[in-house]
Amino acid sequence: MYAQMVDAGPERVRPAGEMSPEEQHFQERIDAGIKIEPKDFMPEAYRKTLIRQISQHAHSEIVGQLPEGNWITRAPTLKRKAILLAKVQDEAGHGLYLYSAVETLGVTREQTIEDLLSGKAKYSSIFNYPTLTWADIGAIGWLVDGSAIINQIPICRCSYGPYARAMVRICKEETFHTRQGFDIMLALCRGTPEQKAMAQDALNRWWWPSLMMHGPADSDSKHSAQSMRWKVKLFSNDELRQKFVDQTVPQAEYLGLKIPDPELKWNPERGHYDFGRIDWDEFYNVIQGNGPCNRERLRARIEAHEQGAWVREAAAAYARKHAQKKAAA
Amino acid sequence: MAAPLVEYLLRLGDNCLILSQRLSEWCGHGPVLEEDIALTNIALDLLGHARFWLSYAGEVEGAGRDEDKLAFLRDAGEFRNVLLVEQPNGDYAMTTARQFYFDTWHFHLLSALQQSTDSRIAAIAQKALKEVTYHLERSTDWIMRLGDGTEESHRRMQHAVDDLWMYTGELFEMDDIDAEMLRRGVGADLEALRPKWTEHLQKTFAKATLEVPPGKWMQRGGKRGVHTEKLGYLLAEMQFLQRAYPGAQW
Repeated sequence: MYAQMVDAGPERVRPAGEMSPEEQHFQERIDAGIKIEPKDFMPEAYRKTLIRQISQHAHSEIVGQLPEGNWITRAPTLKRKAILLAKVQDEAGHGLYLYSAVETLGVTREQTIEDLLSGKAKYSSIFNYPTLTWADIGAIGWLVDGSAIINQIPICRCSYGPYARAMVRICKEETFHTRQGFDIMLALCRGTPEQKAMAQDALNRWWWPSLMMHGPADSDSKHSAQSMRWKVKLFSNDELRQKFVDQTVPQAEYLGLKIPDPELKWNPERGHYDFGRIDWDEFYNVIQGNGPCNRERLRARIEAHEQGAWVREAAAAYARKHAQKKAAA
Repeated sequence: MAAPLVEYLLRLGDNCLILSQRLSEWCGHGPVLEEDIALTNIALDLLGHARFWLSYAGEVEGAGRDEDKLAFLRDAGEFRNVLLVEQPNGDYAMTTARQFYFDTWHFHLLSALQQSTDSRIAAIAQKALKEVTYHLERSTDWIMRLGDGTEESHRRMQHAVDDLWMYTGELFEMDDIDAEMLRRGVGADLEALRPKWTEHLQKTFAKATLEVPPGKWMQRGGKRGVHTEKLGYLLAEMQFLQRAYPGAQW
């Protein structure tokens, strides 16, 4: 998911007896499926959880532009280039709506971005992996956007109105991205042996990080219960991860690719695929800043911000001058 | 040399393709999110125009070259874009100056090409003009913001318009191909675009507190395939996959 390990403050669900009347009323609205809107009462911990979750999601969209942007200038055909440009533009647009959703919770876009650049806020671990070949662009669309959709479709029904509405639009676009990614993979798998090898190599490298996108195992996910009570999270990490595996295995078979997990096997009793153990050591290291691209991703964002400072200052100065002229006229 | 119409279409297509490629380098690195989106949007528009022009060029040529063969399998000497569009992005002032010089010209060129006796050219021009009208409005706004913004932005903007000035002359140069296309009613009179271009530029620069560069000596060559050193690197990057895996379908 684009927001992993969101610190939801309380590690246990507050029972009704500990809640103020306002909090009880708030919880009753959530239980009744009524959306919470920006001006409504909300407990501080709910507001903070949402700020963390939505801003992580926003940052993931923005940082996510970098690994994909890495192949825009090298896309193999003009049509693929146009599709990729449009896709990365969509991601930037998602960042924009999500920063706006965070603003409804009382935090400016500047502050939210500042938290990313200072390293205080996180973004999805997946974007700290490199895109080494064109097939990685296919794999990201297919697996990463595929994972994102599985996580984000439930959020269309989450309790906070602005987030839920932003997510409806985002999910529509992500659905296209997944299909486009799969289409890149399909072309490669039907292509030359070198192209097919490129596709397999991309799957080998992106499979496990895609499973990690769904966040820590439920047994280690200490903030989930309160988030689920508040309906900012609707399914557990392991449920979503299982759904992703079940959905993706037949797609890989269709492509004629082999998922890099010797333990992957259909379990008729569970009605799901069993799969091997995720390397959580790697996951926590990437989250903590030790992934292959963490430093360069953040550096690229900081450089864009710093090098763009004079442009933003000029636009603001120009707007001020012209507002004064208008006022004087 | 190819038939004049093919050459003419390649010039139109290559200008859009190369500028689109440059703009797409900004993706993810813009000074503010809205500008990142705007630059990508313009890159996409220009890429769309390039595909129309190059596809048509390939059809007229009749040698089995489609838009991709033309984009990815020609070397620098076969590209027909003006030198202006291949110049590197530089800072945001440089990108803005390049875009403003080009958009102003592109807008008037497409306006003229809407009257082309070649109905396909007229139709492409008409469609593209809708988008280019917005491009021009946007780059004009940015020239004013940066020219009349802060001391630093003014200095950078003046430097950028000065730096790229010598690549603007080629936009209005009429060679044999242009003359032939004009004679047939297919192409535009590029010299006739110059006063309109100059007028918009003078007005905008006056509002932006920028000086119109005085230089008279202009660089030329792009239209006949003699480029700056910058194009080779751009193509090496853009064409990499098609060159490394010849004949593969993507």
